[in-house]
Amino acid sequence: MSEAVEKKKAPREPLFSKKNRKLVIDPLEDNNPVTVQVLGICSALAITVQVEQALVMTGSVLFVLGLGNVVISLMRNLIPSRIRIIVQLVVVASLVIIVNELLKAFLPDMAEKLSVFVGLIITNCIIMGRFEAFAMAQKPWPSFLDGVGNTLGYGIVLVLVSIVRELFGTGTLMGIPILGDKVEGTGLFATDWYANNNLMILPPMALITVGIIIWVQRSRNKSLIEDH
Amino acid sequence: MKFLERIVENMEPKFAKGSKLEKLHPVFESFMTLAFTPKEVTKKGSHIRDGVDLKRTMMTVIIALIPCLIFGMVGAGHWHYVANPTSDVDVTNFWADFGPKILYGLTVLLPLIIVSYGVGLTVEFIFAIIKGHSLHEGFLVSGLLIPLIMPADVPLWMVAIAVAFAVLIGKEVFGGTGMNIVNVALTARAFLFFAYPTSMSGNSVWFGGQPDGFSGPTALGDLATFTSDDKTSWAFQSVSDFAEVYTMEASWMGYIPGSIGETSAVACLIGAAILLFTGIASWRVMISFFAGGLAMSAIFNAWGANEFMLLEPLHMIALGGFFFGGVFMITDPVTACQTNTGKFIYGFLGGFLSIMIRVFNPAYPEGVMMAILFMNIMAPTIDHYVVQSNVKRRLKRLKTA
Repeated sequence: MSEAVEKKKAPREPLFSKKNRKLVIDPLEDNNPVTVQVLGICSALAITVQVEQALVMTGSVLFVLGLGNVVISLMRNLIPSRIRIIVQLVVVASLVIIVNELLKAFLPDMAEKLSVFVGLIITNCIIMGRFEAFAMAQKPWPSFLDGVGNTLGYGIVLVLVSIVRELFGTGTLMGIPILGDKVEGTGLFATDWYANNNLMILPPMALITVGIIIWVQRSRNKSLIEDH
Repeated sequence: MKFLERIVENMEPKFAKGSKLEKLHPVFESFMTLAFTPKEVTKKGSHIRDGVDLKRTMMTVIIALIPCLIFGMVGAGHWHYVANPTSDVDVTNFWADFGPKILYGLTVLLPLIIVSYGVGLTVEFIFAIIKGHSLHEGFLVSGLLIPLIMPADVPLWMVAIAVAFAVLIGKEVFGGTGMNIVNVALTARAFLFFAYPTSMSGNSVWFGGQPDGFSGPTALGDLATFTSDDKTSWAFQSVSDFAEVYTMEASWMGYIPGSIGETSAVACLIGAAILLFTGIASWRVMISFFAGGLAMSAIFNAWGANEFMLLEPLHMIALGGFFFGGVFMITDPVTACQTNTGKFIYGFLGGFLSIMIRVFNPAYPEGVMMAILFMNIMAPTIDHYVVQSNVKRRLKRLKTA
């Protein structure tokens, strides 16, 4: 019976068709939400001091954006367009509360470090942007893939920035000492003249690092350069 | 000279377009123009005819820096021997035993200058080759300014990182020489100040080769202790005690510890005379900078909320890098305001803020750096409003006529 119904519809698209794969891969490089669309910069500056924080943040955003995109996509025909932003906000807010509670329950240390920034996922422009631009007009499965792709694109930049900042700011990676002082015998590659760069821990350096990533990306792919 | 010219002429085809070493043409050209006039001339009608080009402007600034450079070397040696007393060198008089002092100063300053020029020019050469333009001379001055605003004990690798950062982020990303928003030399200092504060400020970096346990603060470091409520942490009982140790004469002449080239107001004034006489630096910026500093110190003096504020204005501006900043930093024509009215506002606010930061924030005893960087960023805004008000005034005149 079900097979008969499906046959009347348009031929079913394979789960990972070329179009769907593109939804995941595109935001990683050529349509990266952070470096190309320049969204979600605030959190990229705030929580990239340590790689661990960046990873947890990426996980939280993955949960919120992946699930939120599906929920919005399922409700897309029921939402009156005049109040759609409010509905979207309610969805994000409820998901963020769930993430926050989960983090507090299972990763209390990390929850303390991230503090308000988990709550501030609500204001992450990438999430509202994807709801508005994609999930409101697409089926659940592509919406889910879109959410995953955008989060990964966001996460790559976050992790890159946090690697630079943690390595040179505190001489560690994921909390493991890498660079260190020879006298104190800390770190894997201890040298006489290493000293932690305090500027790396300050937000301006995150901005400069993101800027350098954007610079490298655009000099590799000239089509990304805006002309004006 | 003919002999040298022939060598250069013979070498030129090797670097011409299409030949093997084409990529290195910018390198060849910049070395050639150090000695000879370039063959290229302006093809279209040029409006200004003047013998001064970028290279000559930069050379004038370097000549103006020589008094500070020599004074800085003697100072570096003097304070080294104060911290490490030996029977051979007399440290009671600043100018006594000139030889060993300047020799020590040379061993401090020469590596700094070599590292600064080496790293800075390497970054510039790389960019010149990538972009295919000739090497700009902008770094000639920055490369000499950077060693002069460092403490004597700064590690060379830190200087190298700071110079690379300043040239890359401070200048090249904005389009190279003449396009930078903030002063390159101060960017390098600000980078080190925030990245490695223990090597750039405090009590243990100003006296070259300082032994452990020797506390050697600068005059401003001592003054900053006055802002604390706890009187036992004060370096002096009162500001008049301070003025007895760091006398007015010592502060103006520069017989006080500090960054290598910044201590002597007199040496800076000689440089200022050269810059103003040749017309390289804007007198509007320079005069208003000192007026701003004096005004703020006078206001503080009248207010007198703590001992720091009670320091005489003329004494206040002689300390720290105020003179060096006012003569060589804020007058940088690229980052300063371009309109004449704007130059007065820019300079005045720069001096005003320098003293304000110095007194209000004991964590940053050297407010001059912050104030100048801040004013660099504000300069285009000031220019914008000056131009707009001019437009408005003229429109009004048009309407009434």
